[in-house]
Amino acid sequence: MISERTISWLIKPVLFVACLLPLGFFSFDVISGELSADPVKDATLFTGEWTLRFLLITLCVTPLRRLMGWGWLVKLRRMLGLYSFFYACLHFTVWFWLDRELQFDDVLEDIIKRPYITVGFSAFILLIPLALTSNKFSIRRLKKRWQKLHKLIYLIAGLGVLHFLWLVKSDISEPLIYGVLLVLLLGIRAWWERQARTT
Amino acid sequence: MLIKTKKNSDIRSSEITEPDTFKQRREFIKQSGQFALAAAGSLTAPELLAGSLPAPAPRAKIAGVTKGAFNAEQKPTKYKDITNYCNFYEFGTGKRDPSARAHTLKTSPWQVAIEGEVEKPGVYNLEDILKPHDFEERIYRFRCVEAWSMVVPWVGFPLSDLIKRFNPTSKAKYVEFQTLYDPENMPGQRRRILNWPYTEGLRMDEAMNPLTMMVVGLYGEVLPNQNGAPLRLIVPWKYGFKSIKSIAKIRFTEQQPTTAWNASAPREYGFYSNVNPAVSHPRWSQAKERVLGSGFFAKKVETKIFNGYAEQVASLYAGMDLRKFY
Repeated sequence: MISERTISWLIKPVLFVACLLPLGFFSFDVISGELSADPVKDATLFTGEWTLRFLLITLCVTPLRRLMGWGWLVKLRRMLGLYSFFYACLHFTVWFWLDRELQFDDVLEDIIKRPYITVGFSAFILLIPLALTSNKFSIRRLKKRWQKLHKLIYLIAGLGVLHFLWLVKSDISEPLIYGVLLVLLLGIRAWWERQARTT
Repeated sequence: MLIKTKKNSDIRSSEITEPDTFKQRREFIKQSGQFALAAAGSLTAPELLAGSLPAPAPRAKIAGVTKGAFNAEQKPTKYKDITNYCNFYEFGTGKRDPSARAHTLKTSPWQVAIEGEVEKPGVYNLEDILKPHDFEERIYRFRCVEAWSMVVPWVGFPLSDLIKRFNPTSKAKYVEFQTLYDPENMPGQRRRILNWPYTEGLRMDEAMNPLTMMVVGLYGEVLPNQNGAPLRLIVPWKYGFKSIKSIAKIRFTEQQPTTAWNASAPREYGFYSNVNPAVSHPRWSQAKERVLGSGFFAKKVETKIFNGYAEQVASLYAGMDLRKFY
């Protein structure tokens, strides 16, 4: 068993920095002029992809705990979930500020008229209550309801994959990879649930 | 083909190119280590040492290019941006895939088949296709259906001049173009993301419009593979995907041809695909465009009907409902 001290003083700080590495590499590309001729698009794709990746990484915690017996992983789950929210905030900001140029009317029209934006925006909004209740105080106060509320991540990840799938032009291979991973991560939970019920 | 590689006696491109473009080119040459040019004596020893990547295709100037008409007032996009931000799904769906991979395309020898409702059909060598034509440079706006745009100094000649040489019959109502089909050298064609070979088409009057161009170069040089070498179409008032690359077949037809993107997603990409800010793509607005190379904080610009070429082409669509014929 890994000690509480190792988790707090080693694993968590290392993970905290590791989760910032993608942003670091991207910033380096910005500074060194490595981005494409359309840097706003690069930033949108980069932040969107990492939001989705962190959602899936967060969803890996429970299966890994069960399959590998790594109980301590649960202590990292909040940080991973909050990093999903962090990259989602960056994604929304890049879109709203740099891409839509803060035009509220345009944004509203997009959210209503364009299904891929409708689902993407919904996923972002749904992440907010999860981020707000990610503290110990909320866990204690909400008790059983906290569990229920945080199951929203399944829906959020689904909407995120759909958002990606609906925005690509003809090559769906990348969103499909995320979709398959999500189906596996949710499938294993459903299977365990069924097993628990039948036994 | 009127193409020559650089010799010592040639005019240095610094003497005919605007200085900052020239500097960028030097930068590009330095980065990519152009041994072909180095051997021709245009690089100094330290620059030669700086090069470490495998040598890319040599860049060659096209001789005898004259100034053409219809030039855009906007500043041309940087060579680096035009050649590193491409949609050419035959080499991958990423914007930088074509510049990284298109070196596998064999542009010589190259043949173009002329087929269909035409008096002189046949399979012609590219040299014979190009021989009678004088090349001119035209600076055109280019608007992608993905709502980005650039300004490109193309080198080529009017498509109408080419069409007239082959005498289309009275049945020829449309012209269909096909990209080369060569999955071995075009890895993207091994996956069925579109119906290969890529096919595009124009109505005969669109093809004969003086704006419509066959292109062999850009910035006075031979077209890089990723931009559609050795021969591509440019229709500046239509979304970029109409301007088919690496053409291997030109067919004259009585029926409207089935085009690649239209077949793939008919609601999103029409046969006409004229640039039109008032007709949205189902998934995004076409009212504005992002100018390539303008950086993070530049404002997008308003898209113009027919990409600003209404004066030349609006009459082609008189009486047509552009919402229906998108």
